[in-house]
Amino acid sequence: MASKNGDIPRIGVYVCHCGTNIGGQVNVPEVVAFARTLPNVVVAREYKYMCSDPGQMLIKEDIQKLNINRVVVASCSPHLHEHTFRKATLEGGRNPFLFHMANIREHVSWVTQDPEKATEKAKAIVEAAVYRIQFHEPLESKHVPVHPDVLIVGGGIAGITAALTLADAGKTVYLIERESSIGGHMAKFDKTFPTLDCASCILTPKMTTVKDHPNIHLMTYAEVLEVDGYVGNFRVKVKKKPRYVIEDRCIGCYVCIEHCVYKTPKHPSEFDEGIGLRKPIYIPFPQAVPLVAVIDPETCIEFKSGRCPKKCQKACREIVGRDAIDFTQKEEILEIQVGAVIIATGFQIFDPSRIPEYGYGRYPNVYTSLEVERLVNASGPTGGAIVLRDGRKPQSVAIIHCVGSRDRNYNPWCSRVCCMYSLKLAHLVRERTGAEVYNCYIDMRTPGKGYEEFYEKLLHEGVHFIRGKVAEVTDWTINPEEAGKLVIRVEDSLIGVVRRIPVDMVILSVGLEPRSDAEELRRLFHISCSAEGWFLERHPKLAPVSTYTDGVYIAGACQGPKDIPDAVAQAGAAAGEVLSLVDRGVIELEPNIAVIDARRCSGCHVCIALCPFSAIAFHAEENVARINEALCKGCGVCVGACPSRAISQQLFKDEQILAEIEGLLMVD
Amino acid sequence: MAYFYYPGCSLKGTGASYEKSLLAVFAALDIPMQELPDWNCCGATSYMSIDEKVALAMAARNLAIAEENGRDIIAPCSACYMVLRKTQKYIKEYAHIRESILTALKQAGLTYRGDSVRIRHPLDVLITDVGVDEIRKRVRRPLNGVRVFPYYGCLIVRPKNGFDHATYPTSMDVLLEALGCEVIDHPLKTKCCGGSLTGTLEEVGMRLVYILLKEAKKRGSHAIATVCPLCQFNLDAYQEKVQKMYSESFAIPVMYVTQLLGYALGAQHTHLGLEQHIIPVQEVFEMVR
Repeated sequence: MASKNGDIPRIGVYVCHCGTNIGGQVNVPEVVAFARTLPNVVVAREYKYMCSDPGQMLIKEDIQKLNINRVVVASCSPHLHEHTFRKATLEGGRNPFLFHMANIREHVSWVTQDPEKATEKAKAIVEAAVYRIQFHEPLESKHVPVHPDVLIVGGGIAGITAALTLADAGKTVYLIERESSIGGHMAKFDKTFPTLDCASCILTPKMTTVKDHPNIHLMTYAEVLEVDGYVGNFRVKVKKKPRYVIEDRCIGCYVCIEHCVYKTPKHPSEFDEGIGLRKPIYIPFPQAVPLVAVIDPETCIEFKSGRCPKKCQKACREIVGRDAIDFTQKEEILEIQVGAVIIATGFQIFDPSRIPEYGYGRYPNVYTSLEVERLVNASGPTGGAIVLRDGRKPQSVAIIHCVGSRDRNYNPWCSRVCCMYSLKLAHLVRERTGAEVYNCYIDMRTPGKGYEEFYEKLLHEGVHFIRGKVAEVTDWTINPEEAGKLVIRVEDSLIGVVRRIPVDMVILSVGLEPRSDAEELRRLFHISCSAEGWFLERHPKLAPVSTYTDGVYIAGACQGPKDIPDAVAQAGAAAGEVLSLVDRGVIELEPNIAVIDARRCSGCHVCIALCPFSAIAFHAEENVARINEALCKGCGVCVGACPSRAISQQLFKDEQILAEIEGLLMVD
Repeated sequence: MAYFYYPGCSLKGTGASYEKSLLAVFAALDIPMQELPDWNCCGATSYMSIDEKVALAMAARNLAIAEENGRDIIAPCSACYMVLRKTQKYIKEYAHIRESILTALKQAGLTYRGDSVRIRHPLDVLITDVGVDEIRKRVRRPLNGVRVFPYYGCLIVRPKNGFDHATYPTSMDVLLEALGCEVIDHPLKTKCCGGSLTGTLEEVGMRLVYILLKEAKKRGSHAIATVCPLCQFNLDAYQEKVQKMYSESFAIPVMYVTQLLGYALGAQHTHLGLEQHIIPVQEVFEMVR
C-alpha cells in the first residue's frame, strides 16, 4: 500500500512498558508480536521507558538503518510526550508529523482491570494508529511572534508580586483590579502568621511601587470583558467602571469626603467587611492604591434623586482647586494586546449564614474571622480595639475552626490557612483583651515553616484548645452564668464529654472557596476548573501555574486555598513562565489548521459565517473562500459544515480518521 | 392531587386533636384526603429496636397498600413519618432487607415495587403542594399579634427530609407568618422534647421539657406550635410537674400548628379539638389584635 504522497510507508512501532504502569497490566510482548503482523510494519519493538534517551535512540536508529518513514509510539497521553517523540522523529531525519501516538496507558492499562482485555484493547489502539499513520503527510509548523506585554488579572498579593517581577525585568504589564484599590485580602489583615509581622507594613511598599513603576499600567475599578486571540497574541477588552472621580486630578486629600452631605458615615464599608461605615464618597482605606476617592452610585443622593447640593464637588473645586469630581463619567472600554496572561483573582470566604446553627447573622456577636481581622487592625473601624457590637470588651472568646471546610454538607476541602489564622487571632485577642480564648478545632493542621512552633507557643500562652466540632452557638441557657452570653456546645472528644462554654464573642474561622464568578472568568480565558471551582493547573505537581490554554497562567488562591508565602511563590513561578515565553519571542503552533481545496469550493459562504475566529475570507475574483493560516485555530467547524467537502483539516483528515476507526474495528 | 392519610395510633388516641384539626385544614383547603384502607401500626421507634426485620415488614405493609392505589401518604405523626421513610430507604438500599420484606408481604398477598409512593409530612404538602401564597389568600381570621414559638421536634428533620433544613427548619415559621402570627426565632426548633424519657428516665425527660418551656416563656410566647403528638403531650401534660421540680410557673398552651391554621382558615372551633388540651388554649385567640 502506497501512501498518498507516493512513498511506501515503512512503519516502526514502539510499545512502552512505562515501568509497570503499562507492562503490569498489558502483555507488551504480545502487543509487539501482533504489531509485526500489521501492514507496512517493518519493525516493532518494546522498551521499558520509551521516553528515556535510549528509548528515543531506538526510533532514531531505525529511521536511519531500516529507513523507517512512519513512527508509532504506544505509551502514555500525547499531553505528556507527543512533543518528545516528534522531536525524536525529527532528529532521526523525518518530518515530525510522520509520527503518531497511541495512548495505551490512560486509555487502557490505568482503566482496564482484566489484563487479557487490556491487552486486546492495546492491540486495537495500536492497529488504529498503524492504519492512521499511513495517511500522515509531512507538515510545517506555524511560527508566530509573541507580543511582549503581559496582562495580570487581580491585584492581590499574587498579582502584585507577579506584576513587579515582570515589570522589573523590563516587561510592560497591565494590572487589572476589580476593586477601587489593589491590595486584595492581604490589605485587610492586621498581622500575618507565624511571624506576626504587620501585613500592611510589608504589603503597602509593594503597592506604592506598583503605582510608581514605569512599566506597570494599573487599572483599578476595571474588569476583563472579552478575550480574543491565542498564546502570544491575545486581544483583551477591559471595562473601566466610572468612579465619578477623575483619577489624574484626585490627590486623595479627603476634603470631598469631609464635605459630603452625609455628616457621618452611614453605609457599611465593604473593605471593613461591614463592621465599619463609609460615606457614599469614600477612600476604602488610608493606604489605598491609587489613593483616589470613589463614589458609590447606589448610595449617593445625587445618583438616587439628582437633587444633592453636591458639596463634595464644590469643595474639591473651591477648596482644593482640583475639580476632580465628575458625576457624568461613563464607563470606558479599552482594548489591549498582550502575549501572556496571569490570572490571580484569589478567593472568597465561605458565607457562614449557610450554617444556621452557628447563628451568624442572628446573634450580633458572632463574627467571621475576616470581620475580626478588621477589628484588630489599627486602621480598622475601632482603631484596633477588640470590642463587641455594643462597645464592651469581651471577657471570653470562642474561635470555631473549619467553618464550611472539611464538611460534606458544605465544602469538603481543608482551607489550609484557617488553623494558622485562628492561632494568630487567638494570640492577638488574648494579648489585647486578656480574654479567655477557646479554640475549638477538629484537627490542628500546621505544616509550614515555623508554623508548628507558633502552635507550640500558643499552647503556652494560656489559650484553651478543645478538640471537637462545635454543634451549635446558641443563646438558650441552663444556669445564671450563661445569661446574656452566647453558649458554645461542643463535644470535647479528648475527654469524651459534651461541654457548654459561655462566651461573649464567637469568631467563625470561615474557609476559602472559589469566587462565585470564577466560572465566567474561566470561560473568558478558555481555562478549566476543578470540580470544586478552583482554576485547574496543567499538572498538579510539574506544571502548577500553567493551564491547558497556552499563554494563560494562574497564581495564588484562585488555584486553591493558599497562604501568603505560597501565593507569592506561585506568583513568582507564573512570572518566570511568562518571561520564558515572552523572551523566546516566537512560538510554534500546531499545524492542525483547515485547508480549502479551491477546485471543490463553490463559494457558498457557509464557512465564512460559521468561523468563530473570522479566519475565512471570500475572494470574489476566483469565487472561492480562503483561510488565513495565522487566524485559524483548527476548531473544525468549517470542515464539518462545507457542503462541497472542500475543506479538510490537517492531522484530522477524513482518510486519517476513517483509517483509525477501521483499525480499531479490525481486532475482534 | 389526592392523598392517603396515615393516622397511626397517636392520632386516634392522645393526638386526637391533631387528627381533627388536620382533617379540618385539608377540608378547608379542598384537598382530597382519604384514610389509608386497612392500615396497621408503624411499629414506632420501640418495635424497631426489638426486632428490626418484623418492624420493617409491618411498616412496609402500609407502603404496599398505598402503592397499590398509587397515592402519596401523608404521615402527620413524626414517628410514623420517620419510620415509613426509613423503611422505604432500607428497602431501596439493602438487598437482603428488601428480600425478607418482600417475602413477608407475599404471605399477605401484597407486593411492593419501589419508591413511587412518596411519604409526605403535612408541612411539606402545605408548603410545597398548596403553597404559602394560596394559604395566605385563604386566611379568614388572621392571628395578628399572637406570638408563637414554632417547635419542630427531632424526628421530622433527621435524616434529611428534602423539604426543610435539618438543624434550622423554617417551613412552620413561614406558614405561621402567613396566618399573621408573630413568629419567635429561637435556636431550639429541633431540640429534644424528652421523647419517651419522660416516662422512663423522669429526671432527664423533665429537664428537657423544662428547657423548652423556660425558653418559650423567656421569649414571650403566647403558644408553642408543634407537629408531633409526643412533643405536644410532653410539653402540655408535664407543665405542672416541671413547675414543682424547678419552682418556676408555667401555663403555656401547646398547640398543633393545624389548630392555628384551621382557626385562621375559618374552620369551626368544634372541629379543631381545642378543648382536648391540658393547658387551655382558648386564651391564645384572645391575643389576636
